[in-house]
Amino acid sequence: MKTAGCEEIKIFEHMANSVELRRSILCKESFIDIINEFDIKHLEYVFSQINEDDVLRAINKEKINLYDYLALLSPHAEKHIESIAAKAKKITDMNFGKVISLYSPVYLSDYCINQCVYCGFNCKNVIQRHKLNYEQAEIEAREVSSKGIRHILLLTGESRMHSPVEYIEECVRIFKKYFSSVSIEIYPLETYEYKKIIAAGAEGLTIYQEVYDRHAYKTYHLNGPKKNYQYRLDAPERGCAAGMRVVNIGALLGLADWRKEAFFTGLHALYLQNKYPYVDVGISLPRIRKQVEDFNIPCPVSDMHLVQIMTAIRLLLPRAGINISTRERKELRENLIGLGVTRMSAGSSTRVGGHSNALDSFGQFEISDTSTVEEVRQMIYRKGYQPVFKDWDNFLQGESF
Amino acid sequence: MKNDVLVIGGKEIKSRLFIGTGKFSNNRLIPEAVKRSGAQVVTVALRRVDISSKQENMLDFIPEGCIIMPNTSGAANAGEAVRIARIARHLGCGNWVKIEIISDAKYLMPDNYETIKATEILAKEGFVVLPYVNPDLMDARRLRDAGAAAVMPLGAPIGTNKGLKTKELVQILIEEMDIPVIVDAGLGKPSHAAECMEIGADAVLVNTAIAVSEDPVAMAEAFSLAVKAGRMAYVAGMAQEKIFAEASSPLTGFLSKNE
Repeated sequence: MKTAGCEEIKIFEHMANSVELRRSILCKESFIDIINEFDIKHLEYVFSQINEDDVLRAINKEKINLYDYLALLSPHAEKHIESIAAKAKKITDMNFGKVISLYSPVYLSDYCINQCVYCGFNCKNVIQRHKLNYEQAEIEAREVSSKGIRHILLLTGESRMHSPVEYIEECVRIFKKYFSSVSIEIYPLETYEYKKIIAAGAEGLTIYQEVYDRHAYKTYHLNGPKKNYQYRLDAPERGCAAGMRVVNIGALLGLADWRKEAFFTGLHALYLQNKYPYVDVGISLPRIRKQVEDFNIPCPVSDMHLVQIMTAIRLLLPRAGINISTRERKELRENLIGLGVTRMSAGSSTRVGGHSNALDSFGQFEISDTSTVEEVRQMIYRKGYQPVFKDWDNFLQGESF
Repeated sequence: MKNDVLVIGGKEIKSRLFIGTGKFSNNRLIPEAVKRSGAQVVTVALRRVDISSKQENMLDFIPEGCIIMPNTSGAANAGEAVRIARIARHLGCGNWVKIEIISDAKYLMPDNYETIKATEILAKEGFVVLPYVNPDLMDARRLRDAGAAAVMPLGAPIGTNKGLKTKELVQILIEEMDIPVIVDAGLGKPSHAAECMEIGADAVLVNTAIAVSEDPVAMAEAFSLAVKAGRMAYVAGMAQEKIFAEASSPLTGFLSKNE
């Protein structure tokens, strides 16, 4: 067996001491500095050292550190998944109550200048592109709100020409009239641009790094601004600095070794939570769906491993929101309730104008759970949880009343 | 026990158990839980209230006769809390408000400084203000001077069910304050609530421990009984705890012998 080198011992110590880690986070300018400290090579070594006792210790601790987190992500944890799940359930119920918040995604535009090999909106894909004009956006808003949805997530591809910041601002203003909370999932912006979006009425930002492994990242993002790994990596932090109330991050699971991707996702959330204590930092666990014909998922994540990631995150970050979308099957979504998830999408469409069927557009990926909002509502009640449609109101925030 | 009444904002409050509503698996459990607990003061997060919804308007689940105490959950500073309180009153939720200002998403610790600022403004506007705070004596005095109707120190961080971890500090508030002290947050079981009442807290507010229980309605009643027992013990005057048994006086016995 390889013996631990200086670097590796340093990482061990770094992980085991949550206080020191927190202090080191506070003096960093960017999450990239933390990533650099946890070199992937060394991480592999630490993984290889984990044994079953480490897993048991993690389960029995009140608060886990980063090393315990790694243990929960290791193959040794599979055997103990039932006790880990029981603990995750208890922590989730205590912190969030017996409730699941619901939201719906709305695609505004599928114009995109990025070439991401796994994505349906890849600029090399020859598809008719669409963008909702303001009138169509309003129709779409009315349609989604008529289903009872009160929280909305607005999405676009990356195109400063077709969906510039001003366009998104206007759409936020339109949707704000119909919804209690508006979030965005668009290309990364500058801090001052996020401030403009917030001023227009948005309060949440979702942006996935997609792939934390820098080498793998390069192989998936061939062209376009998204090639810039660090610019995307720093986007959630810019959102926090701009004053977003909720910031949601994630790795697109299936593109690289999930254990390491989950490790860095958790660490990224920990980083943001410590630097911006007033921001509600959440994590999404999107498993990649087949979106493009000739793209095969290189590192598939099983249901078991998805549960392993979700429960490990819950133990590391008891207060973090965890998001499961309609990418997942109906039955699985039902079974995940109680294990850590706090937010779910419902009645989704990944097509531009997909709710009002205004346009003949293509989906970014195929959704799996096609249940209606009402069916999701019933399903959550059946599981003994309360579906919460409204957990914020954008009129609660503002200058004076 | 006959004259043992709790008065807040000029109102006589029959039950010393206040109840939160945010974590129930189904809002339909709330009326029954409130009824069985005997609670008269019920707190509701305004962020969850959806006046427009026919199915899920939280306020419809609060039994008549209860005092609705809207809370400012989601407010990160005094300005937001003030805004939420004013909106709540505008929506017809009455003039009680629980100020909850949290700018720490990790532990959900209340911000005493911002809470004092909001209390000052809202008390002047005629609100009955019940601020949720860290148990600090100086801040509690500032809150009283600002016009707070009661002070609500945390027993342990929200949702932890750890019990009265802040006992020493809460006890100081109880001894020193001339407005009611209501322990809010962190109480995980009826015995925790009883403990608060035994040391002289005026009331307790419970949400998680009831709502997340397997049988929230029964748990609501269990808390109610514990609160009553604890209060009765406090009023009756509890025997002092003794560290040693006192059968004889080996150290000072000679004093009486020599007389």
